Amino acid sequence: MTATLAQKIIARACGRESVTAGDVVTARVDLAMIHDSGGPRRVEPILKELGVGLFDPAKVVLISDHFVPGDTDEGARILDLTRAWAREKGVRFHDGVGICHVVLPESGALRPGMFVVGGDSHSPTGGAFGAYMFGIGATEMAGVLATGEIWVRVPGTILIEWQGRLGPGVMAKDMMLALCGRLGMDGGKYQAVEYTGEAVAALSMQERMTMANMAAELGGQTGMIAPDAETARFLRGTGADVTGWEQDWAWLRTDPGAELQEHHVFDAAALPPQVAAPHSPANAMPATEAGKTAVNVAYIGACTGAKYDDLAAAASILKGRTAAPGVEILVAPSSRRDQDRAADDGTLGVLEAAGAKLLPNACGICAGYGAHRLGAEVTCISSTARNFKGRMGDPESKVWLGSPLTVAASAVTGRITDPREVTE
Amino acid sequence: MTETQPGRVWLFGDDIDTDQLAPGRYMRGGIEQLAAHCLEAARPDFAAGVRPGDILVAGKNFGMGSSREQAAEALRHLGLAGVVARSFAGIFYRNAINLGLPVLTAPDLAGVADGDRATLAPETGMLRLTEKGIDIPTEPIPENLRGIIADGGLVPHLKKRFAAAP
Repeated sequence: MTATLAQKIIARACGRESVTAGDVVTARVDLAMIHDSGGPRRVEPILKELGVGLFDPAKVVLISDHFVPGDTDEGARILDLTRAWAREKGVRFHDGVGICHVVLPESGALRPGMFVVGGDSHSPTGGAFGAYMFGIGATEMAGVLATGEIWVRVPGTILIEWQGRLGPGVMAKDMMLALCGRLGMDGGKYQAVEYTGEAVAALSMQERMTMANMAAELGGQTGMIAPDAETARFLRGTGADVTGWEQDWAWLRTDPGAELQEHHVFDAAALPPQVAAPHSPANAMPATEAGKTAVNVAYIGACTGAKYDDLAAAASILKGRTAAPGVEILVAPSSRRDQDRAADDGTLGVLEAAGAKLLPNACGICAGYGAHRLGAEVTCISSTARNFKGRMGDPESKVWLGSPLTVAASAVTGRITDPREVTE
Repeated sequence: MTETQPGRVWLFGDDIDTDQLAPGRYMRGGIEQLAAHCLEAARPDFAAGVRPGDILVAGKNFGMGSSREQAAEALRHLGLAGVVARSFAGIFYRNAINLGLPVLTAPDLAGVADGDRATLAPETGMLRLTEKGIDIPTEPIPENLRGIIADGGLVPHLKKRFAAAP
């Protein structure tokens, strides 16, 4: 019997031989990730009401990222509560070292084949490692923390195949904006989106994470990529022992002939750099069609767009260049680890020499927090995932989405720019 | 769960989003205040006019957008017997079940009009237009989720489960 990658992981998690799309099953979670916003402050009152503790503290990972750096009274109070809860419960806790979706895999806790829930809508990011990971609300998370279980409707798979190779100046972010434009924000139909094809196989792990991350914008329950040598390379870098991965992960792929809900094929080589106009990721278009819109903030940030590979991409454009007059470059590296790596190899120096201002390793502006929230007069080009009205600040502010290359190129010219115009 | 008393049908279109159900600017207040503004952008008369036992009927992708639970909580707070839609956005569907709000999918809603009197039976999945004599079948809520709704949501359901545990 053939099955999809998603169905195989769910079948294992609910203890069945196989599952069929549409079945509703109860699955055991291998890991539950929570953050300071939707975590302790929301789930603890429910756990108290139930009169129970955690199903298994070793399977709970808490990461503070929303209210970091605690620069408001309310934020500081929430962080205090978060830290006290971590101590009391004895869960794994990563405090102020970056955004949960990036910190979780770099901590080595996330492994291929796991069935994982996260208390945040960008939790599909974990699917880049061949895990089944999805986001849930706070009440549901409290239920998971109490029982270790969650119900799931077995998804069909929407297979998205990218044939060929991406051209120069084009990144995973461009693929995702194009998909949002083509399929719409409900194109994922709350099913399992799986990315495959030569262009996906050629992507680095962090670029794959960008693709899985934005399955949220496609409306999928998760976004997945079957694990391979690149997955093993990344995990080895976290200190994980992946000896025998070829055998251990052999089952983690969609069988040839498995029934698919949809199968879309795209030509990676034909894809130009994309941007999405305010106020939806589905407003995607080639960057050259953005009407040379003037920008005054260039933002490299968030789980989607400020990992090491994103910083390096931006630096490749900004090396020897500076921001156009009147343009502020803001960089909030996704994690401390990625920031340290960028500092060590000179990437960060290039960004700072171009005029970039460094912000904390946290959700920051993308979640509407912090002193750098966008004002009413701001037009921002951003490497983040969502440009909903008012999300990053004043409802009058305008946010365009693009790859880190496009954000950097636009910072140099002061208008939305296809990065190939700067490099050619 | 027994069949609900007849209520009024409130008919909405496609793609009703969570910002309409739980407007962001009222999120700081309690559920009382939030519910009073539920769906006001689409229908200013809805929140004030809705009565316990009424039924919301909508098109495709109901509840799209944010994962905020308050979108489902507001509808439950207003006393709706349930929501029948051609399709639901995934996270809204989960939140509704977990908060004890019956949500039923019906691909064909021909014959339903705003203001109809109707009953909704989550166990059988039947939307009955009592004055028109029309029965509209919906896809029933799966067996293992029905228990959550019958208990009034995930928290009361788990309370019962932990109380029963030896």
